Amino acid sequence: MTRDAALLLPSTEPVTLIDPDGHPVPVGQDMPDPQALLHAYAALIAARRLNDQAGALVRQGRLAVYPSSHGQEACQVACVQVLDDGDWLFPTYRDTAAIVARGVDPVQALTLLRGDWHNGYDPAATRVAPQATPLATHLLHAVGVAHAARLRGEPTVVMATCGDGATSEGDFHEALNFAAVFRTPVVFFVQNNHYAISVPLDRQTAAPSLAHKGVGYGIPGERVDGNDVAALLSVLGAAVDRARSGDGPQLIEAHTYRVQAHTNADDPGRYRSADEVTPWLAKDPIMRLETFLRGRGLLDDDTIAAYVEQASLVAERMRTGLAGEPETDYRDLFAHVYAEPTPQLLDQQALVADEVSRD
Amino acid sequence: MTEKLTMAAALNRALRDAMRADDTVVMFGEDVGPLGGVFRITDGLTAEFGDQRCFDTPLAESGILGMAIGMAMNGMRPVVEMQFDAFAYPAFEQVVSHAAKMRNRTRGKLTVPIVIRIPYAGGIGGVEHHCDSSEAYYAHTPGLHVVAPSDPADAYGLLRHAIASDDPVVFLEPKKLYFARAEADLTAPVPPIGTAVIRRPGTDATLIAYGPAVPVALEAAEAAAQEGRSLQVVDVRSIVPFDDDTVCDAVRSTGRAVVVAEAAGFGSVSAEVVARVTERCFHWLHAPIRRVTGFDIPYPPPKLEHFHLPSVDRVLDAVDDLQWEDA
Ligand SMILES: Cc1ncc(C[n+]2csc(CCOP(=O)(O)OP(=O)(O)O)c2C)c(N)n1
Ligand SMILES: [Mg+2]
Repeated sequence: MTRDAALLLPSTEPVTLIDPDGHPVPVGQDMPDPQALLHAYAALIAARRLNDQAGALVRQGRLAVYPSSHGQEACQVACVQVLDDGDWLFPTYRDTAAIVARGVDPVQALTLLRGDWHNGYDPAATRVAPQATPLATHLLHAVGVAHAARLRGEPTVVMATCGDGATSEGDFHEALNFAAVFRTPVVFFVQNNHYAISVPLDRQTAAPSLAHKGVGYGIPGERVDGNDVAALLSVLGAAVDRARSGDGPQLIEAHTYRVQAHTNADDPGRYRSADEVTPWLAKDPIMRLETFLRGRGLLDDDTIAAYVEQASLVAERMRTGLAGEPETDYRDLFAHVYAEPTPQLLDQQALVADEVSRD
Repeated sequence: MTEKLTMAAALNRALRDAMRADDTVVMFGEDVGPLGGVFRITDGLTAEFGDQRCFDTPLAESGILGMAIGMAMNGMRPVVEMQFDAFAYPAFEQVVSHAAKMRNRTRGKLTVPIVIRIPYAGGIGGVEHHCDSSEAYYAHTPGLHVVAPSDPADAYGLLRHAIASDDPVVFLEPKKLYFARAEADLTAPVPPIGTAVIRRPGTDATLIAYGPAVPVALEAAEAAAQEGRSLQVVDVRSIVPFDDDTVCDAVRSTGRAVVVAEAAGFGSVSAEVVARVTERCFHWLHAPIRRVTGFDIPYPPPKLEHFHLPSVDRVLDAVDDLQWEDA
């Protein structure tokens, strides 16, 4: 591991491989192969569809709330595509699209936001941690999972995501420091969408960039265009390879933008203007990849139609799976507090059972 | 096979035996490696098991807890040491929001079998932030077990149970009792977490205590016996789960009770004990249950702590107050 500060610093500009107009940017870095880009394109279409469908389900009262990753789908897709089956993803509340991209059933992924339980999928089987709401706290769990794997000599890499606001939390710093000191195979992936609810990035940090924070811990930082899936695949892929080979953690900051509200309950008109949002719409991650792939003859209308069709199956699954009221069972309240319910919990469960029997 | 040893030695033996028995048990925290911890509870563990199984971390309690949770999510049984009670507070969010809730959030798919060892409470002349009785914070949090031993045998047995438990256990080690020697048979089985024990039989009134207050209660019972009053002493041992049966049977047998605890009384475990016992034993009681607790003040400086800590005299005064004239 290097202690040369210069080698830990991110590049002066975020790494971009495909510009917003869909043109390749001449840089030293290799473009991911066409198969990987096509796979990412299909996943982007699916992720956008999932975000749109979830928004509609909120309006219909089927979900309590939805923090959308609309506009951040390149980050969602890329951070999963670079992982192996045995790797772990530690997502936030905004990363439902990434969780589904990892293969989790969308209805199970939305259990938290539907409100029938705190988590709907099996984290151990899917290797996707429960979505973390207390900001940055899960980054330490990611370090622990990676450290345990490393002690057993397993090749596991852990991808841990957080937002720009979360980088101000103490646990962000503790996680980076622990990962660096123990050299654990974690990729810290910050989606800098420039807002923490209403608070803009310049109220969050005075650092030159979030990726610069790595140097304080001896972790290499890198900046990447968060709406360029090709650049994300390349930078995140390299970080995963590096972690797997035993070279320790890395901090990746993706520059992107939260084009929609924080959640459906938020009113962004109170803290930012439409003028600020408009330029980001032109940087949309899907359009630029589409233009690039068409320009290379890798994508045509028929292929796009097939991907759209696949994505609509996900939306269909969400609509049917989330229609109607979820089934709940009061016994779940008491069953999973301890391995064995305490005598007191059994008494309390009996009380509810009695109430239910009288209904 | 009894031997005379300190609680510190018993705890060290428990860690050593657990680490020998199970490769997934790891121990980490601040200064727990080569130094063996500021109280030497982890003495020799790094030497015997290597620095992958007993190691020092950077100075960050939330980091220690969070990393332990992650390791537990991935097949390990971490034991962590918080250097002192009041220095566990930076880790509070990890304990309350994650360790305590992970099983529940995931319907049992992920569990957090960790032990959070906390040198705990006062009576050692410690300066500020080194003597807090923080049990109520943890006991109030569903999903945690909270244990406070009062002698070497229990310290050994309960720590082995805590490490074997599939739930997170907050293990409160009374600093004041670390270096007191007692006869103990470490090979004798200790009942599982969740069982209180009658430390001394008695017929006139019941003293209910845990952790550092137990020796005070025993001393008070001894003094009362000189004056012809027979006091029973119950050691709660396990604050969560609470052994209602043993405690309530004891109180019913005497009809009078005093709860003794070092923590401030307001909103406390002692208050919970009074509420529980009153709800269950009202018709057996000859007098309201009294409490002898720390005052509702920040833990005092060393030269004043003797005013604050429950004393034998204060316990005996409370016993005197149990409306004997009506009997
Ligand atoms: C410890 C903590 N404090 C406050 C909150 C409330 N909260 C939820 S999301 C959020 C903003 C987070 O911003 P950022 O990290 O940039 O992520 P983004 O929502 O933009 O994806 C806040 C303040 C929380 N979830 N956890
Ligand atoms: Mg943000």
